[in-house]
Amino acid sequence: MSASASAPPLSASIGAGISDRLSKKASRHVKERIIEAMLFAAAAFSVFVTVAIVYVLVKESWVFFQTVPLSDFLFDTQWTPLFDDAHYGIMVLLSGTLTSSAVALVVAIPLGTIIALYLSEFAGFKVREIAKPFLELLGGVPTIVYGYFALTFLTPILQKIYPDLPGFNLLSAGLVMGIMIIPYVASLSEDAMRAVPMALREGSYAMGATRLQTALWVVTPAATSGIASAYILGISRAVGETMILAVAAGMQPNLTFNPAEPGATITSYIVQVALGDLPHGSIGYQTIFAAGLTLLLMTLAFNLLGYWLRKRYREVY
Amino acid sequence: MMKAADLDAIRAIITRAKRWDLIFSVLGILSLMLGILTFVVLFIDMAIQGVPRLSYDFFTSFPSRRAENAGILSAWVGTILVMLVTALSAVPLGVAAGVYLEEYAPKNWMTDIIEINISNLAGIPSIVYGLLALGLFVYYFGFGQSILTAGLTLALLILPVIIVATREAIRAIPQSIHEGSYACGATTWQTVSDHILPYSSAGILTGVIIGMARAIGETAPIITIGALTFIAFLPTPPFAGDPPAGMFDWIFAPFTVMPIQMFNWTSRPEAAFTLNAAAAGFVLVFMTLAMNGLAIYLRYQLRKNIKW
Repeated sequence: MSASASAPPLSASIGAGISDRLSKKASRHVKERIIEAMLFAAAAFSVFVTVAIVYVLVKESWVFFQTVPLSDFLFDTQWTPLFDDAHYGIMVLLSGTLTSSAVALVVAIPLGTIIALYLSEFAGFKVREIAKPFLELLGGVPTIVYGYFALTFLTPILQKIYPDLPGFNLLSAGLVMGIMIIPYVASLSEDAMRAVPMALREGSYAMGATRLQTALWVVTPAATSGIASAYILGISRAVGETMILAVAAGMQPNLTFNPAEPGATITSYIVQVALGDLPHGSIGYQTIFAAGLTLLLMTLAFNLLGYWLRKRYREVY
Repeated sequence: MMKAADLDAIRAIITRAKRWDLIFSVLGILSLMLGILTFVVLFIDMAIQGVPRLSYDFFTSFPSRRAENAGILSAWVGTILVMLVTALSAVPLGVAAGVYLEEYAPKNWMTDIIEINISNLAGIPSIVYGLLALGLFVYYFGFGQSILTAGLTLALLILPVIIVATREAIRAIPQSIHEGSYACGATTWQTVSDHILPYSSAGILTGVIIGMARAIGETAPIITIGALTFIAFLPTPPFAGDPPAGMFDWIFAPFTVMPIQMFNWTSRPEAAFTLNAAAAGFVLVFMTLAMNGLAIYLRYQLRKNIKW
């Protein structure tokens, strides 16, 4: 600004302009703050959703448990909330949920793990590039379509093998549910396996191990926490799955652990009640919130377990 | 010096180990094939049964008690309107939350709670969102079984998907872009609106499409709010009524959507309705496939074209 001395009028105008523009603009600052507050509100909204879910479920369940003692809810062996002789044993619905989930996991965990190991340790770049989108599509099919498939395609085939199988059964629903869950298990496990540093594999190969030996004895142990959390996500999906069971497993409450029988699950019971015309505020209406709360607590427990496993057993490289 | 017998023994061990390698490769391919084959069989089975029912009339008829006259007009119109509400509410909220968490959020307990909460929300079964909507939107806010209720429910459901996609898209932008912008004196919001959002828009779009594809097929939460299944009329067209009040008549209209229509037909015992269900299912799968395919293609293009 030494040149400004020779031309005072010009420098004065520039100086004024600069200082004017450099002065802290309150409006600009306020605008920034307002935008930040709005963005924060959007992020905090997700917390509000959780609070709302817990509030709604607990509020309606609270009314329900005023009428039905908790011990009946947990230990009764009948679930007939809509009959005159009403029983509220959640165990009945739980047995359906557990049986169908077990069938699904028997399919999804071995297949998902094998696919993950194959894609991460064996398959070439080309195979992986083609297979992964396909698996994603498998996970993107609407569950109602899977339900239709279980009911009209898989059940008749199973009936040819095992003629006593009823038209609605937990087996066929569980098998299809397993196929549906494969992509979740496979893609999360594969991510965990690929995160294992290359040096570990190279060390293993240098000792003369084959690909399979490396995959099973080096990569899998190193990726255990990720694989376990993939399994837990799979379990949580299976427990919360609704439409496949509502369509293909029948909706009769049935205390059984035999997959070859029809059965209702927590989720399909909620669908069944919602399809009917239950008045708002009736005990039948409240049962679905009690059932929903049970479901939420189960999935929450699995999510926390998965979170804890990831933290606790994560190998840090 | 190694004896010949030892060498043979070592060779035998190597051969055995390699055989297991081969066996596992085959097992891996078979498992992969089983997954992919199921998908192909499902699609073909649905096409064989459903495609003969697909005609102009099928798309322009209301559901009917007679299977051969029934169509999906009210279902696809309902799906489009519900998706409109979902997109208009979930996309701004999700993108805003994602931007906040990546660009603004300080490292403190509040941010931690929000982050844990979002990953937890993603794990909640969809039917629980239906119960939330039943208690909150239908009865507490009094929206009834309307397009608005369904749209908002699905918006809550796909919010975590959009937030996570936004964050990943933003994280892919190199730090130097931020620094360059700040060095020129831009404020945080100027950096976000002029640089971060435009550069991450393709990635965000991919996430939005995947979220919408999921929302289109969701059945359980919509059944839970008590949506009617037999709708033989259309809601008033959006924004067509007398402004200003009449423009939003449509969001309070009763509705049905594609998956509900399909569920309705699947649960009827008559074979003719099963064919209708197959046809509706084919349209539904085609829609979700097209959307997922578009998202995969976009991501592929993105990875190919952008070199920072």
